Amino acid sequence: MIRRIFFLFFIFTALAQAQLRIEIRQGIESPLRIAIPGFAGEPQLSLLLDEIIEADLANSGRFYAMADNELLSFPTQPEQVNINDWRITDTDYLLVGQLDSDSFENLRISFQLFDIIRGEQVLGFRLSSTVNNLRNSAHRIADIIFQELLGIEGIFSTQIAYVSESTRNDQAFFQIVIADIDGTNPFVVIESSEPLMSPAWSPDSRKIAYVSFENERSEIYVQDLATGFRDRVSFRQGINGAPSFSPDGTQLALTLSGVDGNLDIYILELDTQRLTRLTENYSIDTEPTWSPDGDYIYFTSDRVGNPQIYRVEARPRGQIERITFEGNYNARPRVSPDGESIIVVHQFNGDYRIALVDLETRITQVLSEGQLDESPSFAPNGDVVMYATREQGRGVLSSVTSDGRIHQRIASIGEDVREPAWSPYALR
Amino acid sequence: MINFKRFILLASVFALFACSNVEETVEIPNADTSMDGADDNVSTQGMGERVPVTITTGGRLVLDGTDQEGSALSQQTIYFDFDSAEIRADFAEALQAHGAYLVDNPGARVRLEGHADERGTREYNIGLGEERAQAVRQYLMLQGASSIQIATISFGEERPVNSASNEMAYRQNRRVELVYTRAN
Repeated sequence: MIRRIFFLFFIFTALAQAQLRIEIRQGIESPLRIAIPGFAGEPQLSLLLDEIIEADLANSGRFYAMADNELLSFPTQPEQVNINDWRITDTDYLLVGQLDSDSFENLRISFQLFDIIRGEQVLGFRLSSTVNNLRNSAHRIADIIFQELLGIEGIFSTQIAYVSESTRNDQAFFQIVIADIDGTNPFVVIESSEPLMSPAWSPDSRKIAYVSFENERSEIYVQDLATGFRDRVSFRQGINGAPSFSPDGTQLALTLSGVDGNLDIYILELDTQRLTRLTENYSIDTEPTWSPDGDYIYFTSDRVGNPQIYRVEARPRGQIERITFEGNYNARPRVSPDGESIIVVHQFNGDYRIALVDLETRITQVLSEGQLDESPSFAPNGDVVMYATREQGRGVLSSVTSDGRIHQRIASIGEDVREPAWSPYALR
Repeated sequence: MINFKRFILLASVFALFACSNVEETVEIPNADTSMDGADDNVSTQGMGERVPVTITTGGRLVLDGTDQEGSALSQQTIYFDFDSAEIRADFAEALQAHGAYLVDNPGARVRLEGHADERGTREYNIGLGEERAQAVRQYLMLQGASSIQIATISFGEERPVNSASNEMAYRQNRRVELVYTRAN
């Protein structure tokens, strides 16, 4: 029995290899100290569970997962916890858990979270899982703890899509990859010898829209992730670029140029191919993105001579309003999930940085520290922004909390990675 | 083909719609290219519950008559200044030669591939590359070339010739490449 589980576990970890690895570059001064002595149960499975929960919490930059030699004891049952004893240690929270694995198709996980300072159990939870689903269950537990202790919805069960470029047979080779937010389970959505760009998630996270140059022109595809079936939704003359799903998933905002090369913003209804033009200006209008309520489309335009952010009502002949005024380069907006701010690429002292613009006060706050930072993407909880930057001539991903306090570097193995797009919350 | 049929169907639905609602929608049909060519290069394979798509395409065509060393015609890359789509004076001679070649060879077809350096955002740089390709297109048409002879495409910053992050590389990457797809 155990041997069988072990065998499956081996396959399972082989499948879960990471392409990306998260490192905290700058955290907060006093992260919450959490003790996780380990789950009772089958050792290999328990260990995996511990490792993922600890890594998720620690990688958030808001927790410090205590090392074994810092723990007072190793309780695995709530009745073994003596909170008064733990109080003399420098521990904020203690997680105790049990994994019951009578067959690998039927795992039962329970856990109890103790607040040491308040001296009480604050959470008790039970969930069922399978060996193949254990990793997801671990992320789910980390989400539950994160939500309970910080009041912020967790993002450990989300995914990122990104573009990777490598060299094969001396030629550039492009992929759009989806991975878990901790970099594991990379899955190649599409690969091509011609450029791939601008991956965008559908709101139900079941589809990806992207730009492909496979037919020696820019074309927009929408690909179903489960079946691999894809629809070539826009291959009009000129540029077809920058797809962005509407919040209800029925429409794409996109950029079209026509034969004369004038880029403007349109809305394409996916079922009917019905097209609505939103801007008509001889300058470059591009990089559209929807507000969460679907009322506005924010976009980049250089109509005043340099790129700035504008928004237009998402309807024919909608009003256009300029949004950014600080600095002479603001481009590629993404709206926060609460609709209160946008994240942009902002030129600052000659460098391209990621900046947050408050839509009410219009105050611009520079969040990143690189020279060529681009493609910012909000986590679905609005708490973290992932972006692309360059280090030693290679494209890498980084993230920063939207308060600018915690910086993470996401290392990739051997490739040039860029254009991260954070998934929405999956339908549960 | 399925896609194309679907398009026809949708286009007729769209046309009906457009009659009743002319002001609100615009009609820009998808280009008349079938998916057949692409299908040959697309292969799918199963991986778990999600299916990837693999695409490979052939190399570009190199034609006779445009590659003689030292001739103005052999200058097939036009470079641009930072954040500019203006044709520089030092490329006038080369573009005049290409314009004359297109006039003399009405069957010739050229594709103008616009590029940008890596600074700035990617889709915006697609726009910059397109502006550069359009500037070359206008120049060639002023020489008498016909619009049907010229296609444009912008790769933005996606196809750098020099992937370093310095001024030298940026200068090399801000360019339009003239790629002949038919010689005459």
